[in-house]
Amino acid sequence: MTPPTLFEVSYFPGCSLATSAQEANQSLKRACQASGLLLQELDDWSCCGTSSAHALDDELSLSLAARNLALTPAGKPLMVMCPACYKNLAGAHAKLKEDPERRRDEERRWGGTIDPNLRIVTFLELVNFLRRLAEMGAVRLPRPGKEMEGLHRIKVAPYYGCATMLPPRLRAASFRPALMTELLDLLGAEPLRWALPNRCCGTFLTAARPDITTPLVNEIMQAAVDSGAECLVTACAMCQLNIEVRCDLPNRLPILHFSEAMALALGVKDHEGWFKRHLVDPRPLLKEHRLIA
Amino acid sequence: MRQPAQKFASLPPIHLDRASTRLADRVRRMSGTELRGCYQCRTCSGGCPFFQAMDYGPHGVMRLLQLGQLEELLTCNTIWLCVGCHTCSACCPMAIDIAAVMDALRRLALSENAKVAEPGVLAFHREVLRAIESYGRTHKLEIMLRFKAGQKQWFQDFDVGLKMLAKRKLPLLPSKIERPQDMKRLFNKHPRHKQRGIGGNL
Repeated sequence: MTPPTLFEVSYFPGCSLATSAQEANQSLKRACQASGLLLQELDDWSCCGTSSAHALDDELSLSLAARNLALTPAGKPLMVMCPACYKNLAGAHAKLKEDPERRRDEERRWGGTIDPNLRIVTFLELVNFLRRLAEMGAVRLPRPGKEMEGLHRIKVAPYYGCATMLPPRLRAASFRPALMTELLDLLGAEPLRWALPNRCCGTFLTAARPDITTPLVNEIMQAAVDSGAECLVTACAMCQLNIEVRCDLPNRLPILHFSEAMALALGVKDHEGWFKRHLVDPRPLLKEHRLIA
Repeated sequence: MRQPAQKFASLPPIHLDRASTRLADRVRRMSGTELRGCYQCRTCSGGCPFFQAMDYGPHGVMRLLQLGQLEELLTCNTIWLCVGCHTCSACCPMAIDIAAVMDALRRLALSENAKVAEPGVLAFHREVLRAIESYGRTHKLEIMLRFKAGQKQWFQDFDVGLKMLAKRKLPLLPSKIERPQDMKRLFNKHPRHKQRGIGGNL
């Protein structure tokens, strides 16, 4: 049963979700559908600029982000799934808001308007917004074990990577460092305290300097294992892939995307395509917890 | 091995002059962040996940900047190993956006033609930009193939690539935008990142 649409948001998936992390994109769409969020993917969105444009050419980076902002319709928030895309798009938006002249340049370049008051949110913030609505009594949220399946108290290590590490310019945004932990708890999982929830995964150094990223992700994985977690849950598709690809410890836990965990909790059933794309297969664990058949 | 104190004792003293002040001012303008607040508490280096691989930790870069040591700054590997995770910026008790300082120094290193300490990282960034220019989005398979070929590391990560292909995590064809002319136009205005040969001989 699909609940009625509560509200619409514009949606920027980003390159990872369109290609290597399609399972995150699919589960996100199903999780949103099941909770009354309508995602409207930006028409002809392009790369946010990634670390590479940002690293070499700030003007280019700003223009790449601005193209997407100019494609965003006014009047509803823009949800950005990937934390790295979020930093780029929200950072560019903050700069363009301060600099009307530059904003007009970009509007002319891309033939669209950039709303200086556009609200850019992460997926976690969006889910949290639903929760706040529920607290005010505007909507009813399903409870684990009652109206929804829930996550059967599976022990998870919530892994944020650098998503909570915002530069001073963006820190005023209503960002809560323990948001994913709170939401996983609401969804019926047992989020654990552990040592390295905010350790950066190494991002692009995984390509050029795997000798640096392997010890780093091993440290992260080992900390999760030591906490007694059965899996990691991450809000970033790049972190998910980096740890899966670079961790060479014998004992590796599966890593779920937050959207996969949320969709499972809400009782979404068409998940065959998602879990078989993981390099560390989460299906035995999920079966053991009777989360999948 | 010489003790650090002895090593530094043998170096000539640093004379602060107009040039060093100008450098700090320039980086302050480029990064939009205040550098003078740094009092070397080293919280940034304590949190940096890449500290051990760096010539100088983030706190060292801040100190070199205050002391106007341009050449040392532009040729150190720190500015290339920084991935912009913002752990330092988020932890700094003086709210200095240290990652933005790294960005500014990296761009300065390119515009000043400084010797790049991590040519592999630069080569990778260029491959990514090349993909964005062609398709409007990144294309991991092509980026990795061209990058590994450019580095003459044909077989490094061959196993990783095969695993990802088997899991269909590396689509063979790129995801493209519908108006590629948008990218052509933009990149024609920004040829700066292409000025020098890919990766090597910098």
